[in-house]
Amino acid sequence: MLAIVVLCFITAISLLFFGNYIKKNAAFGLTFLPLAGFVYFLSKLPQITNGNIVTESYNWVPSLGIQLTFRLDGLSLLFALLITGIGTLVFAYTSNYLKENDHLDRFYGYLSVFMAAMLGLVLSDNLISLFVFWELTSISSFFLIGFKNSSATSRKSALRALTVTGLGGLFLLAGALTFGTIADTYSFQEILNGSIDFTQHPLYSLLLLFIFGAAFTKSAQFPFHFWLPGAMEAPTPVSTYLHSATMVKAGIYLLLRFSPVLGQHEYWQLTLITIGGITMIYAAFHTLFRTDLKGILAYSTIAALGIMVFLIGIGTELALTAALTFIVVHALYKATLFLVTGTIDHEAKTRDVTQLAGLRKVLLPVAIAGFLAAFSNAGIPPFSGFIGKDLIYEAGLHSFQPVLLIVVAVITNVLLAYAGYLVGIKPFIGKLPEKFEKIHLPSPLLWFPPLLLAVLGLLFGIVPKLLVSLVNPALQETFIGANLVQLKLWHGFNLVLLLSLVTIISGLLLFYFLKPNNDLTKFIVQFQTISPLGIFEKIGILMTKVSLLWTNFFQNGFLRNYVLTIILVISFLIGYNLFFNAKFLWDFSTILSVTNYEIGILSVMLVAILFTVFTSSRLTAVASLGVVGYAICLLFVFYSAPDLAMTQFTIDTLTVILFVLVLYRLPKYLKLSENKKRIRDGFVALVFGGLITILSLEVIQEPMNNETGKFYAENAYLLAKGKNVVNVVLVDFRGIDTLVEITVLAIAAIGVFGLLKLRIRNN
Amino acid sequence: MKTLILKTASGYLLPVLLLFSVFILLRGHYLPGGGFVGGLVASIAFVLHAFANGLENTKNLLRIHPGFLMPFGLAIAFISGLAPMFLYDLPFLTGIWFDEPLPVIGMVGSALFFDTGVFLVVIGVTLTIIFTISESA
Repeated sequence: MLAIVVLCFITAISLLFFGNYIKKNAAFGLTFLPLAGFVYFLSKLPQITNGNIVTESYNWVPSLGIQLTFRLDGLSLLFALLITGIGTLVFAYTSNYLKENDHLDRFYGYLSVFMAAMLGLVLSDNLISLFVFWELTSISSFFLIGFKNSSATSRKSALRALTVTGLGGLFLLAGALTFGTIADTYSFQEILNGSIDFTQHPLYSLLLLFIFGAAFTKSAQFPFHFWLPGAMEAPTPVSTYLHSATMVKAGIYLLLRFSPVLGQHEYWQLTLITIGGITMIYAAFHTLFRTDLKGILAYSTIAALGIMVFLIGIGTELALTAALTFIVVHALYKATLFLVTGTIDHEAKTRDVTQLAGLRKVLLPVAIAGFLAAFSNAGIPPFSGFIGKDLIYEAGLHSFQPVLLIVVAVITNVLLAYAGYLVGIKPFIGKLPEKFEKIHLPSPLLWFPPLLLAVLGLLFGIVPKLLVSLVNPALQETFIGANLVQLKLWHGFNLVLLLSLVTIISGLLLFYFLKPNNDLTKFIVQFQTISPLGIFEKIGILMTKVSLLWTNFFQNGFLRNYVLTIILVISFLIGYNLFFNAKFLWDFSTILSVTNYEIGILSVMLVAILFTVFTSSRLTAVASLGVVGYAICLLFVFYSAPDLAMTQFTIDTLTVILFVLVLYRLPKYLKLSENKKRIRDGFVALVFGGLITILSLEVIQEPMNNETGKFYAENAYLLAKGKNVVNVVLVDFRGIDTLVEITVLAIAAIGVFGLLKLRIRNN
Repeated sequence: MKTLILKTASGYLLPVLLLFSVFILLRGHYLPGGGFVGGLVASIAFVLHAFANGLENTKNLLRIHPGFLMPFGLAIAFISGLAPMFLYDLPFLTGIWFDEPLPVIGMVGSALFFDTGVFLVVIGVTLTIIFTISESA
């Protein structure tokens, strides 16, 4: 498994070097990457169906208990097959769809990184590595949404998606850390098999908040759903792959994973049912107001995700079976519809459903795929969509609140059936407009993948055993003690069948009577300011403004203000601490008597300081400051710190040189600030100096705890073979500190170089 | 500041100061000194030369931009830290030593290489900053 994930990353990196060659000659060849993964995972299917689990474990950060453990169980396999299976078709489709694009190599690079991340996500057993892969999917999605980086809306949508899903990523990290703290392990299996009952834990609601925060943002649940329609700016293969079939289902995956741990609790059920229910209805209604095919599909995807969350919320064995079945069924028909839309867009150069008609005459195989997918979406027997819808109704009927939930589910499904007809059927029926007559059937790469998916959707319905082999192992992981799944097309005449019929027919009626038009879109735009999108944008603008004010206040570009701020803050902290903790019991007898040398040096310092403050020439000020520095050097010498003295001496020399170099540019006379400001600065300086003095006196009174010093003195020669303790500390005991310090120095030098050189060049 | 005395003196002082800086670097492990101070002394030697002979002459003398010393020094310091990992499977930056003392220099270990790295980085940083500022002045 590691090999596959790593192979995807290697492919992505190698595209940097061989991208030009590959995009011109061998773009289709890249399809073998997901295909290999698909074959591998398919070969594991019998093993997993028999209840075995494949694990691979590698040490990653053993000191923090972070393992790179890949664990292939039923649930992972279901997702891995979706990722690699639909990935194969999308890779093939793209090789033709974006044939003309200059950055096709880049696109495949992002797509490979995404596939690696998504596989890592569903295979990870360790919560921290799960988080890393989770973030990686957000990042690759950012690049893919912003793929047309010359378009401003594209960039904005990418950024919005990254903000929302990135926010969710932080929730996931917090959740992982909380789990790690409670259970003392980051391994999901150990958490699951451990003895802790998380639903009874005092931090249960916090855990729920974190996991829900992650899942709802990623899976576009209300009120975080708005990034998904924006993400439709990406090329259609991306929408198919990331924003319908796989990535947006990462949140669903997370909820399913944590179902056995956090589920079966009132909070879990009520939150998921409420949020899922709102999302379903809200998004399904929104499909009515769209005329862009991808817009319709985006909202119907959100609604479908809502249904999944809703089912996980109900949480019964039946509901989870329904959720898992729906994931497969939905991926099949929704991916088909997306690919069909892509082909229409590619050939007809429009996605406006009001203009599209009669395309069956020129794009027959695409039309067949569209029809099949629309039927499956509407839940017409014997398509797999029928089984999916059946299970949803059955789960709703057997829940604790059947009437309400069924009403919500039926309304949503009717609207979704309408949306499916609109995308899969409407463009192909009616009279072919003149402008579309020149369209020819494109390369099979653009119609075979959707057709294959659509036929699979039909096949899974006719032979439900295929579905069972996927769903059953996954259910065993999500519902403890689940029975063997039984899926059938025909359940006899019952309420569920009636509901299905109502859905199909109402959808058809809606399709027949309601004609999509642009007025409806205009109508919904009015509400944008009070929609979640509008509110989030306003928060974003507000944050920018606040941070601008904040930054301009503190980072105002005047060195004197920075120094003043720093000194004031430190004075406040020291003063606050001294006020409450200082004892003021100074015993001056412990302090050594002052020698004549020291008095001499101090008086030199004092004179030099006064000179610095009151001189009217900059050069004198700098030179006197240098005198102060040298006087301090002498003090170091007296207190037997020759290393410090040497360093201070050279540093002081260089500082004076630097100052002189800079001052050379400034006017000669010195009238830096008004008297008022000088008095203020003098006051601040005196206060700060006074506080430091008090602090030093306080410190001296404390009993000396010099264990560290002793350790270094005793061990410098024994362990590091050096007699100069200061140097041994620098190069050996605290070598890493020094290494980082010299790195920082180098960065600072590069900064100075860059800033000044750039300015010289600009002038 | 092109006075004849300073100019003549700097010509003699530069090699002496550089030798002195290396001396400070080498004695660091046993007596006051070390890479940091040594590097500063070496930088001062070049700055003095620049004052006396002009920046251009010093740059010609150096041949390469002093900035190149930074990655070079960082690399030496880093490699001296990696060496124990690869040679003896010890943690990063563990001190390792040659068994016999070298003539003149004395005991040589990874710490000396590390300190040499510090020495070079400090020269690179100081000279880059001072040269850049004086060029822009």
